[in-house]
Amino acid sequence: MAEYETHEHDVLVIGAGGAGLRAAIESSAHGADTALICKSLLGKAHTVMAEGGIAAALGNVWPDDNWKVHFRDTMRGGKLLNNWRMAQIHAQEAPDRVLELEEWGALFDRTKDGLILQRDFGGHRYARLAHVGDRTGLEMIRTLQQHAVHKGITVYMECTLVSLLKDGDRVCGAFGYWRESGKFVVFKAKAVVLATGGIGKAWEFTSNSWEYTGDGVAMALEAGADLIDMECYQFHPTGMVWPHSVRGILVTESVRGDGGVLRNSSGRRFMFDYIPEFFKKETADSEAEADRWYTEKKNNRRPPELLPRDEVARAINSEVKAGRGSPHGGVFLDIATRRDPETIKRRLPSMYHQFKELADVDITTTPMEIGPTAHYMNGGVRVDGEGSATAVPGLFAAGEVAGGLHGANRLGGNSLSDLLVFGRRAGAYAADYAKSVKGPLPVAAGRLEALAREALAPFDPGGTENPYLLHQELQRTMQSDVGIIRTEHELRRAVEKIGELRARLKRVRVEGHRQFNPGWHLALDLRSLLVCAEAVARAAIERKESRGGHARDDHPKPDPAFAKVNMVVRKDGEALRVSAEPIGEMPAELKALLEG
Amino acid sequence: MARVAKLRIWRGDASGGQLHDYDVPWEEGMVLLDVLHVLQATQAGDLAVRWNCKAGKCGSCSAEVNGKPRLMCMTRMSSLDTTQPITVAPMKTFPVMRDLVTDVSFNFEMAKRVPAFKPPPRPPDGKYRMMQEDIDRVQEFHKCIECFLCQDVCHVIRDHPENKKVFAGPRFFVRYAALEMHPLDTNDRRELLKEQMGLGMCNITKCCTEVCPEGIKITDNAIIPLKERVVDEFFDPVRWVWSKVTGGGSKEG
Repeated sequence: MAEYETHEHDVLVIGAGGAGLRAAIESSAHGADTALICKSLLGKAHTVMAEGGIAAALGNVWPDDNWKVHFRDTMRGGKLLNNWRMAQIHAQEAPDRVLELEEWGALFDRTKDGLILQRDFGGHRYARLAHVGDRTGLEMIRTLQQHAVHKGITVYMECTLVSLLKDGDRVCGAFGYWRESGKFVVFKAKAVVLATGGIGKAWEFTSNSWEYTGDGVAMALEAGADLIDMECYQFHPTGMVWPHSVRGILVTESVRGDGGVLRNSSGRRFMFDYIPEFFKKETADSEAEADRWYTEKKNNRRPPELLPRDEVARAINSEVKAGRGSPHGGVFLDIATRRDPETIKRRLPSMYHQFKELADVDITTTPMEIGPTAHYMNGGVRVDGEGSATAVPGLFAAGEVAGGLHGANRLGGNSLSDLLVFGRRAGAYAADYAKSVKGPLPVAAGRLEALAREALAPFDPGGTENPYLLHQELQRTMQSDVGIIRTEHELRRAVEKIGELRARLKRVRVEGHRQFNPGWHLALDLRSLLVCAEAVARAAIERKESRGGHARDDHPKPDPAFAKVNMVVRKDGEALRVSAEPIGEMPAELKALLEG
Repeated sequence: MARVAKLRIWRGDASGGQLHDYDVPWEEGMVLLDVLHVLQATQAGDLAVRWNCKAGKCGSCSAEVNGKPRLMCMTRMSSLDTTQPITVAPMKTFPVMRDLVTDVSFNFEMAKRVPAFKPPPRPPDGKYRMMQEDIDRVQEFHKCIECFLCQDVCHVIRDHPENKKVFAGPRFFVRYAALEMHPLDTNDRRELLKEQMGLGMCNITKCCTEVCPEGIKITDNAIIPLKERVVDEFFDPVRWVWSKVTGGGSKEG
């Protein structure tokens, strides 16, 4: 048996964005020897890109706000597909998690009384997002990172894990490689927390960075965990569309939260034409009412630009398809005529900077051209609502990689709060679970050698496929056939194409050697990404209705029968199987909160 | 319209390396990082380069472009003279690992030595009060994306690697300033700054401020006020006595 560098800890947290950092902090506070692993350098995870804010019913700006309203908004935004227990815990605990960040040094923008200021966002009844201009994610990750460092948590950077290790049914560690040297490494652990984020790199136009290749999703699936709601992938309504090379980069929802509106080529605020029945009662039907709402919420309803993201993304898609789009195939997002330049620069400094630098556009004088961009995995690994445990003993999941909280569509701002609330819970439960595990953590003979052999296959001289080109083919397929609006025919074509790409990936060939070789890294990441892409497409075929992030041209309406089930994906040998499984009945006291 | 850029990219590892020439097609609107990605996909699949957000928010893709420390994701091709070869080299201050990737662990070691934020207990309702005007300056410091370009350009460590043992560098002076000026912080890091972090070695040439992609006024707003605080701490007898009496609580300065 070959000798591999081996590290042993009580709890292994994979991923160092908001969820991973928060999990590691909590696990360590519970007395577990905790290690945190990240693919990039510490502090570079995608949480850093989150712009708008953290949703939490602090009630600092609107005293009427409380967890019950936040719960209701979250459930309705998710078209009631959510794990209601998670939605309840999330709404109840988010305020404490925000105040805790402040206690660890975060500096949110303030109200005139010196409290944490909160901003409006889509689908939230009240101004609810604690924020720092439009760079809230940076504040959050830096605060957590510095806190984790001060707590002495072990951090392994630039390390990619390719497989979980199991002892019988339970997880006992993970196997991967150092990106710098290409050498293999084994981590043995009593419990593992997945906090690896999403799968955004499956699409061509995406707000996600190279890291989001679904490693955690694929590893969990391989280990025997369930995935849910994979078909409900979120396309953020506002990504940059021009220049082409930056297409997909996020334009924060705060632009609309702070008063920005969407217009088509004739200057019309078209969102008034797309108010669905489900949200009619709470959405303004005139521009005058919508504009009054920002300052007077009691007697006015929310502007339709602040409908949940799935609604806005589909509306933009329809306008462009109808020929009313902007020159580069998007629509216009206008804050310039709505707010004065000083306010725009103060509230949205990084948007101002981003458009100035990348597109030569001054957003204080000129509307932005925007269009939908692949953004967030609403579904993910199925977890238990209390403690974020997956179906595999010893394996926990939190943050974007976990499914359930957001149902069919996530509200803006609910991601950062999700990371904190369930990151903390996953860390606590993993640490407690680890205490119950006694004895050694054995790995089956030959397992590591087999994983190492597979990982090195791309260096075999017989291969012919270029990993970069395979990736581009996948992205084009997902963009055209598993995009915002789907049909069964296109979804089946995508499944077939993904199957072909999986076969071709076996013949991939990379140049050079193992030391910091991005081509090799991509070839390995693609194994995960293809599995995730297939899970999305297969689940999308089975949900024969339109709900939240999942919209079918051949089944354009929601179907009450599908309202009661999650699409669950499991692995069966090399094949993925989808089954519709009932959602647990919501208690009457929570049901009552949904009305009104 | 496709054009062709002449890139001269430093390739190699800790044992040495050299500039390699590549002709890479590029289109209107591209940034330098886009062109490197085209190069990876078509000619140099194993070209090592760090990047993440591609929007100037994560600070991963730092390099020296035509000799200037920059983020490659925020360097538009149209801002460069593409009639001439474009030289791309790794940050000089940090040891090369491979190609454009450097060993920046110095910064993570320095981060461990920063004494933690220490607030007073929360008020009964759990909510601290701070006025916006009292945190504006600290929020400027919190904009830091840890690209380490300021560390790269700082001649105290760029030309004298041995100083890394005794000099924290501009990024960490920004961090210390953020903590020292935080309205809730009760720790005192002035002696540490003077004795172990080498604050006095900075001779305020402002190179760091010039390269900061976030526009943080590192020298004027962080380093100089820190120097003044340290001077106050050690040379103002009234303050010195006061700090002994109050347990070091005097933080405004």
